[in-house]
Amino acid sequence: MTPFSKDLLNLDPEAEAARIAESIRSIMRNDLKRRGLVVALSGGIDSSVTAALAVKALGESRVFGLEMPERHSAAETLSLSGMVARHLNIQTAHEDISGMLEAFGFYRRYDAAVQVVIPEYGPDWKSKIVTSDIMESKGFSLFSIVAQPPMGEAVKKRLPLKAYLEIVAATNFKQRTRKMLEYYHADRLNYAVAGTPNRLEYDQGFFVKQGDGAADVKPIAHLYKSQVYQLAEYLGIPEEIRTRLPTTDTYSLPQGQDEFYFALPYDKMDLCLYGKNNGYPPAEVAESVSLTPEQVQRVYEDIDTKRKTTRYLHLPPVLAATVPEIKFDAP
Amino acid sequence: MPDVKPTLRQFIIDNFLFGDDNGLADDTSFLEEGIIDSTGMLELITFLEETFSIQLDDEELIPENLDSINNLVSFLSKKQVVQQPQ
Repeated sequence: MTPFSKDLLNLDPEAEAARIAESIRSIMRNDLKRRGLVVALSGGIDSSVTAALAVKALGESRVFGLEMPERHSAAETLSLSGMVARHLNIQTAHEDISGMLEAFGFYRRYDAAVQVVIPEYGPDWKSKIVTSDIMESKGFSLFSIVAQPPMGEAVKKRLPLKAYLEIVAATNFKQRTRKMLEYYHADRLNYAVAGTPNRLEYDQGFFVKQGDGAADVKPIAHLYKSQVYQLAEYLGIPEEIRTRLPTTDTYSLPQGQDEFYFALPYDKMDLCLYGKNNGYPPAEVAESVSLTPEQVQRVYEDIDTKRKTTRYLHLPPVLAATVPEIKFDAP
Repeated sequence: MPDVKPTLRQFIIDNFLFGDDNGLADDTSFLEEGIIDSTGMLELITFLEETFSIQLDDEELIPENLDSINNLVSFLSKKQVVQQPQ
């Protein structure tokens, strides 16, 4: 077996981009039978690369970009997603979803749930959910809310069950509202919807069911995040996007993916997932990620736990009895 | 201390297993057997706090205390739960 190193994640970006483009064309032709792709642009690396691959596969006239900020979106989201759209020379629509979220009662429901643990919380505060650090504690993953008043210090409170579920349920309106608009534009144009998860997100269930998890094709779901960056460079994605720190851009306070969901920053998480998937024992992976073998073992176990607990997210509707006439073969 | 085991066992069976004990033993690991996930753990914590009128600190929320019926019984005994289940 090749000795473990981070170079194992290196790919030939030109060949991989060509392979994915061919695969997208084949899926459009044989499975989806739609004329183009809608891609939601967040200004992040994954959606930018997905859109660029769609353009490579189908041409710029058959890719439609969507920018869908809301009140809590980071300020740079729009400028970066606009930059990608201009770089790819694709048509886009701008849909601010704040009004829709307001109508769903998102902001009111969210604030009320936070007020259960922080009674003084108000609309001018900012907040995010964070999880306990599995590398630090040996306990269960528990979630806390971090909230900051306009002129004061942030406070952190552990979330009880009901408040946690309400906050997550309300926040999921964002991903589901965006997906509803993606399908509106896809139906209007007779296009399909491209999902943008990378391998870490797909494998570990880091998506909202029927929200960002819903799509007709997921062109980069087999690629480790480090590999998405390699493709981004090859595809000429603007440097501002390639050097931006990954963020969920879901909560009003900036939230790194590794403080909400993953045990480690993406580059180390990638290496642990690759090591686990390819049968490398923790001791061989440890040095490359600057962790002890015991810590890598804990990350391996956390990967298994997340696979188990997010299986529900991947499942299509499950029938109580089979309907043999309707067959579905995954490509 | 009251015998809390039947109360705990009944909660696990009713809430997570839809009434079928599915071979649940007193030392079955909830996590390893996929009976309880992280959200389920929050449900269990809420149940313990409400049923036994106790408060659980963050550092107590570890598998050694919560991940089987036996672990729960010995944890509650350490917490000196004296109150009858509500």
